[in-house]
Amino acid sequence: MNAPVDITDAPLGVYAKRKGVYPKAVDGFYRRLKWAAMIVTLTIYYVTPWLRWERGAYAPNQAVLVDMAHRRFFMFAIEIWPQEFYYVAGLLIMAGMGLFLVTSAVGRAWCGYACPQTVWTDLYQHIERFIDGDRNAQVRLARAPWGPAKLARRLFKWTIWLLIAVATGGAWIFYFADAPTLASQFLHGTAPFVAYAAVGILTATTFIFGGFMREQVCIYMCPWPRIQTAMMDEKSLLVTYRDWRGEPRGSVKANGHAEAKFGDCIDCNQCAAVCPTGIDIRNGPDIGCITCGLCIDACDKVMAQIGRPLGLIDYLTLEDADTERAGHPPISALKTLLRPRTFIYLGVWCSVGLAMLFTLESRTRLAIAAGQERNPLYVQLSGGAIRNSFILKLRNMEDRPRVMSVQLSGLNGATMWQRDVPTAAPTAQISVTVPADSVSNLPVFVEAPSGGSAHTPFTFRLTARDNEGGTGQANAIFEKPEPTS
Amino acid sequence: MTEGKRLDEPTNTETVGHEWDGIEELNTPLPRWWLYTFYACIVFALGYTVFYPAWPGLHSATPGILHWSSREDLNAEMKAQQVHNAPVLAAIAATPIEALPDHPQLLKAAIEGGRAQFRIHCIQCHGTGAAGIQGLYPNLNDDDWLWGGDLKAIQYTLTNGIRNPDVPTTRTSQMPSFGRDGILKPEQIDDVVSYVRAISGQDAANASSTRGAALFAANCVVCHGPAGKGNWLVGAPNLTDKIWLYGGSREAITNSVTNAHAGVMPAWGKKLDPVTIKMLAAYVHSLGGGEPNPPAVAPTPQ
Repeated sequence: MNAPVDITDAPLGVYAKRKGVYPKAVDGFYRRLKWAAMIVTLTIYYVTPWLRWERGAYAPNQAVLVDMAHRRFFMFAIEIWPQEFYYVAGLLIMAGMGLFLVTSAVGRAWCGYACPQTVWTDLYQHIERFIDGDRNAQVRLARAPWGPAKLARRLFKWTIWLLIAVATGGAWIFYFADAPTLASQFLHGTAPFVAYAAVGILTATTFIFGGFMREQVCIYMCPWPRIQTAMMDEKSLLVTYRDWRGEPRGSVKANGHAEAKFGDCIDCNQCAAVCPTGIDIRNGPDIGCITCGLCIDACDKVMAQIGRPLGLIDYLTLEDADTERAGHPPISALKTLLRPRTFIYLGVWCSVGLAMLFTLESRTRLAIAAGQERNPLYVQLSGGAIRNSFILKLRNMEDRPRVMSVQLSGLNGATMWQRDVPTAAPTAQISVTVPADSVSNLPVFVEAPSGGSAHTPFTFRLTARDNEGGTGQANAIFEKPEPTS
Repeated sequence: MTEGKRLDEPTNTETVGHEWDGIEELNTPLPRWWLYTFYACIVFALGYTVFYPAWPGLHSATPGILHWSSREDLNAEMKAQQVHNAPVLAAIAATPIEALPDHPQLLKAAIEGGRAQFRIHCIQCHGTGAAGIQGLYPNLNDDDWLWGGDLKAIQYTLTNGIRNPDVPTTRTSQMPSFGRDGILKPEQIDDVVSYVRAISGQDAANASSTRGAALFAANCVVCHGPAGKGNWLVGAPNLTDKIWLYGGSREAITNSVTNAHAGVMPAWGKKLDPVTIKMLAAYVHSLGGGEPNPPAVAPTPQ
């Protein structure tokens, strides 16, 4: 390993200039894993808004839809109202816990394979290689003076990048409106301004982050690598160079002449050449390492060619490294995975998920709320009775209209009638049809005989008059004049 | 103080030249981007004063070449709203008030329009909840009406006002001040009050109320009716119910009989257009005590 650089007297700049990274193409197990992860994640991202899900005449038929305008969140069979937003909070907690779990078990696997920054950077780098050629050609082109050929290549590359960026930003907006409708509006220039703004911003961020900033986003902008430092311990997987096996480095030729003098590393620099973040893993653990394993693929290929055992660079825990260095037998991977930390994260993750499933299954899809009109609090009627006024809110969360009835309970001799129906007669029960997926306002007058307590608690009871049934209730207080003694 | 200036080696920056107990300050220039943003803000501000009202003068500020004003914006918004409301208002104008309940959508629009107008013209006396003030202004939420509680009667009252000297068609009546004008003696008033307390169910009948019954029949039934149930054509309140605008206690009724009350209301027909009055009537009628339309007079058979 290199000695730390002495920076005591060196002039310090605030900003470090970016060193160009031109990762070389590589093939191998981890590269194929990355391909698979890229195909899966990009497919999910681009295809999801176009999936349909039959919900009948009263709700949109898009499988996943965040309907801001109507304050509804649809996800396949689940529909969430704004007051149920804790389900989304629960999903975020699960995502966080899942990230903790993955990190404590297999290190920065998220960074290396599934993070959008990694996936889109990877995609952009493939396009770069397709247009500019592999590493050496890219370096040559970068150093070449600007001329028509270079300009043409650059413009071509940036155009393809921009097209991908537009598609990326474009896919995002389809999560928030009916995808086919919005796509047609978007192309005809009649979509809302916010759609164009969102596409514009996401196009810019995709283009800049994926095309130019790349590993700088991971190293300087992303908080996750910092948080991970607290998540990881000596049992977390890291990409590790077996320095005890590789050092001292030397070429095959030199090694052939003096067998014992050199280690397995022939200093071919392939591991550094393929690294998408431009680090040399042989310098030890690095915050720039996103553990994508491409250097493992590159090194294994070389080891196979020169007939030495694979795994000079490998996924190892710090503990594994210490054990191996000391010459002890390796610790089984299971033992590394099954430890309190991973179990606790798994437990929290599962319990949040199960709690959400349970509440989803048992939630009621209708409700009643009663708000009292307080100006005036009560009205003295000529016959002696007292009248109060309430606004009832009947909530129907099903995607079909439902007939519901409201009854008075706990108020002797009381009747009620609908305020906005001129012909309504006093009754003990009101039946109304609540439209699908909405809240109905039901203003009512309640009349009760005078006398007794000035504040009488009572209840509005709600019953759904269909096969599914269901009940709800709202507590209220009937106000009368203070009794004169 | 320039002699202390020196170049700081590690940062390659000049110091300002001051020194406090060995602590020096670097003369780091403002970041360029910040400076340019600042200049851009100055340019923007100057441009703003050209386009928008800005420099104060003696009577008003410079108008700016865009001639923008928030009052103009408001006028435009109000005009747009008027255009938007015009068809509904026209429909309400074309519908006789007693026919409004047959058009629920129109009635709803009228009630909402009336609710807004009520907050401008009526709440000063009747209150934001239309509950009135005991002893001064009647509660419009209840089912007791001095001058009639069906849509047409309310519309008439609103249009012509109550005891308004400028309007010949105004609702009017005058109760005699039986005590102050010496029509009845104090003990007679006492008996009349006993009778009124008895027919309204507040006191049991007794000798005084029996004497009062005769006085009531001689002096009060012309307006309040033989049973004391009142007559809305002359604004005579029902004396047998639980609602007392001027109080139902013995003292309050004695005061009413002695001095009489005569509430007044402006004739809104002089100030508001018929559609607004129609909407106000619909709103007041909707507050809970509105009475149904009186039965139409059957056409005389030929």
